[in-house]
Amino acid sequence: MNARAKPLEAVTDAFVARYEAQPGHDAVCADAAALFRAGGLPGPREEAWHYTTLRPLADAVFDAQRADPALLLSQLPDIEAPRLVFVHGCYRADLSAPPSGISVRTGAPAWGRLARPETEKLVALNTMLAQDGAAIEVADGIDGGTLVLASLATGGAFHPRHAIRLGRGARLTLIEANLGTGAYLHNPVFSVDVADDAALTHLRIQQEGEDAFHLSTLYAEVGARGTYDSFLLTLGGRLARMEVHTRLAGEKATAHLNAAQLLGGSQHADFTTVVTHDAPATVSRQTVKNVLTGRSRGVFQGKIEVSRIAQKTDGYQMNQALLLSPDTEINSKPQLEIYADDVKCSHGSTVGELDPDQLFYLRSRGVPEAEARSLLVRAFLNEALDPIGHEAARGAMEGMIATWWEGRTA
Amino acid sequence: MLEIKGLTARVEDKEILNGIDLVIPDGEVHAIMGPNGSGKSTLSYVLSGREGYEVTGGTATFDGVDLLSLEPEQRAAAGLFLAFQYPVELPGVGNANFLRTALNALRRAHGEAELDAVQFLKLARAEVKRLSIADDMLKRNVNVGFSGGEKKRNEVLQMAILRPKLAILDETDSGLDIDALKIVADGVNALRAPGFSALVITHYQRLLDYIVPDRVHVLVHGRIVRSGGPELALELEANGYAAVTAEAA
Repeated sequence: MNARAKPLEAVTDAFVARYEAQPGHDAVCADAAALFRAGGLPGPREEAWHYTTLRPLADAVFDAQRADPALLLSQLPDIEAPRLVFVHGCYRADLSAPPSGISVRTGAPAWGRLARPETEKLVALNTMLAQDGAAIEVADGIDGGTLVLASLATGGAFHPRHAIRLGRGARLTLIEANLGTGAYLHNPVFSVDVADDAALTHLRIQQEGEDAFHLSTLYAEVGARGTYDSFLLTLGGRLARMEVHTRLAGEKATAHLNAAQLLGGSQHADFTTVVTHDAPATVSRQTVKNVLTGRSRGVFQGKIEVSRIAQKTDGYQMNQALLLSPDTEINSKPQLEIYADDVKCSHGSTVGELDPDQLFYLRSRGVPEAEARSLLVRAFLNEALDPIGHEAARGAMEGMIATWWEGRTA
Repeated sequence: MLEIKGLTARVEDKEILNGIDLVIPDGEVHAIMGPNGSGKSTLSYVLSGREGYEVTGGTATFDGVDLLSLEPEQRAAAGLFLAFQYPVELPGVGNANFLRTALNALRRAHGEAELDAVQFLKLARAEVKRLSIADDMLKRNVNVGFSGGEKKRNEVLQMAILRPKLAILDETDSGLDIDALKIVADGVNALRAPGFSALVITHYQRLLDYIVPDRVHVLVHGRIVRSGGPELALELEANGYAAVTAEAA
């Protein structure tokens, strides 16, 4: 261990000190502060944190927050849509183009109703220090179109708090882009309500700075016949944890939690999901693809809970990893907790390298080795990318993947 | 022209090729026949550069270029094409995308402009039609869920689009019914021209009824033990390999 390594408690103390230095305290923040003081940051003794340690936070030195990260704005996916831009966790009206037909409130944390600071310690931290966030609401029966929610950063630590609510039969495609450069901590929390017959498509891009920490917790609840359809593309960050808690609360509610984690160097990324089937005939699908190079490490922990009333549940979970160097590691932990007796639940995982027969087949047709490898990696990811119906977003993500791949092989 | 001299090769520690001498002039189709384990497939893999096949001696040149020193993709760029005995499935890779990637890689290697998607599809659809292949084969993932016959037809389609100077057909007839066999043979015959030569590797004489070779060679224990005209194939069909195997021993 590094001789100068500080204990994680020092990080907890620093966050608490920051809270105490803030003028005036909201009751919500004060309650969370009490929780955070008592519980601190999650540690390796907690089952949900077995594969991911926050220890690197103790030695991290965050960069300064540069005043104008406008350069980052140019890296936003090229999608014609209204956008809400947050810089270091604070809303920037000057960089945003708010939507019409959707209600958006900014300027204060959007607490939402689903977050649980009492169980998730990072959510307690977020609640204690949250300054701003977006409350996005699509009214009953409205198609809200596409909305970009962007986070830009160059340094510091920030804890935005967002809430998204879709009324009955409402629709929205939310493109969440997390971009940055340098060392910082981004610890957002989302509360996502999808009412009966509503459909939210949530496309998430995580391309934080290479020394950044991205710790995100999202809670979603889906009503009868509603859909929460999400895809996560993880490319950036030194240490990333995306935690998603989804409760399928109404009959025939559906959740898709697909993800692709593309990692290199000494990156560590963790996708942790809990899907609770809490009504009959609910459906969940999770296809998670990891492409690991260098000394990177990928984690997928997926828990499917089926409550007693959730008969005819259909749950499926698959975690696949392509290990492109011998020093990479994938940790895969599926968990099924089933209390109903008439359900269909399955999970699986595969780990492998590129298939030498496939490589030779392509090369024998004249495709150079690097291009053949790229084509096969892309093919591996297709199963998770193909279902993305928003063509501009899928195109943007494909471009990011291609750029990532070029950077790895250069 | 393909010239192979004294070629020896092994797989792991087992010598499979024990000195192959073979010349295929431009425009000719040669057949290699032989019993199982005689080294037929090994020869095709050694020529196309598959990993795990160690050349221990001899030479193989194509139009004067030392084939054995080239990477597999460079051999393809030099004009070589291997029709696989067991075509490989590529889940997640569309057949049209695969074919265009391959064709454009070859065109790049030859200093030619790449084809865009529209130009390529026009060319591909024409070949699909000419070879009586179902249109949807271009849309499906490469060889995924293809029947044995469809996989072999897809090999012929690739050959027709990539236009090699030398095609090696590794037991392309195995597992084919007679209709599929005819389609495959028609595809090869359509390419026959002064600038195209082929090495047809087969266990049975049947394929050679449809692709009539200029020369037939018999491979036994990694060596060519007899060569002759098309009639040699008929003789093997009538008498079996036992006679030539005994001669070779």
